Amino acid sequence: MEYIDMHSHMTSRTTDCYYQMALTGCVAVSEPGFWMGWDRSSASGFDDYFRSLTDFEPTRAAQYSIKHVTWLCMNPKEADDRKMSRQVLALIPKYLDRPNVMGIGEFGLNLVTRNEVETFKDHVDLALEHNQMMLIHTPHLEDKYKGTRNIVETLLRYDKVDPKRVAIDHAEEHTMDMILTNGFVAGITLYPLTKVSLGRAVDMIEIFGRDHGDRIYVASACDWGPSIPVAMPQFMMEMRRRGHPESLIRKIVFENPVKFLSQSNKFQLPERRNKSSLLAAWSEQPSPATAAKP
Amino acid sequence: MNSVSGTCPLTLLQQVDEYFIENRNRVLEIAAFLDRLDRAPDPVRGDAFSDFRMEAFRKALAALAGETSSRVNQIQEIFSDPTTEPLEKLTRKSARGAYEPQKQEAK
Repeated sequence: MEYIDMHSHMTSRTTDCYYQMALTGCVAVSEPGFWMGWDRSSASGFDDYFRSLTDFEPTRAAQYSIKHVTWLCMNPKEADDRKMSRQVLALIPKYLDRPNVMGIGEFGLNLVTRNEVETFKDHVDLALEHNQMMLIHTPHLEDKYKGTRNIVETLLRYDKVDPKRVAIDHAEEHTMDMILTNGFVAGITLYPLTKVSLGRAVDMIEIFGRDHGDRIYVASACDWGPSIPVAMPQFMMEMRRRGHPESLIRKIVFENPVKFLSQSNKFQLPERRNKSSLLAAWSEQPSPATAAKP
Repeated sequence: MNSVSGTCPLTLLQQVDEYFIENRNRVLEIAAFLDRLDRAPDPVRGDAFSDFRMEAFRKALAALAGETSSRVNQIQEIFSDPTTEPLEKLTRKSARGAYEPQKQEAK
């Protein structure tokens, strides 16, 4: 079954991950700007990062017929630094016309500090000024409920925010309702150890899908930490194990992402190549030793 | 019957048949974790052991044994920060999994 991974930090993954994703049906990945696991020393590091997200990664993905789309922001882990946040936000407008940029994201909150909240509002202002969609990170673990509530309440104060153009990500059982009942799109991200499991993701589809099934998606959230780039097909398998029909699985992993992303007129699905051509593309990749030679 | 009854296609018995063994294992994993704490070189029992994460963990275990159909939400609430005001300053980089009341209130 074809699927779109709405949240995958391919910058942190090898080309083999693209290959595995393509072989399991992935036709598009959505890569939000994020924290690389360490703080940048200056805003210029973000300039190179944004260039990579809008140039290098779509080229790498295209080798496997995967459409790569991206979102740009100052990530929540570094957003408490107000000075650097302003510098990074000033860099973003020049990238907004790039063909794979869907909007501003994944900005949001980390530990819910006053500085983070101010940087969050700066991002909303930037998105509204440039008529961009938004992809929003919610805090993890004990900070999730407080942070998500702050995010939702802040967004609702903006008359011009259209909730169906805003995805609020890393939703869990205790935050799904406030996201969905206020009209936003809810993203569920899968983690092998520390956060939402396959089973709990399916539970949330069962509980919230009846009333809001057209505004929920699931993603791998693969990055540099413990994560699985093919978590999406694992989720699909768990849906089948529970007895859910193929039509519902396709809605969550493909149709809903297409519906959300298609609100950007830049979003287009790639023409699929068959698996033999994918294998050929993989075998044509230079080995690390070959690539290192001048 | 609550409002979400029937949202899982599997019957009760089908769910038990399909998922009992892996959840049996999860219960044993938690038991083994607690036993491992008791085998630490510095075992301290009862109230003297006051790590905020383990206090929340034990409350979560009590909720787990409850009869309600919203155990996940109860446990999410136990682990969550109940405050609403943003922090004045960033004091660390990452979440720790449970809310630490005393330290937060002292800020």
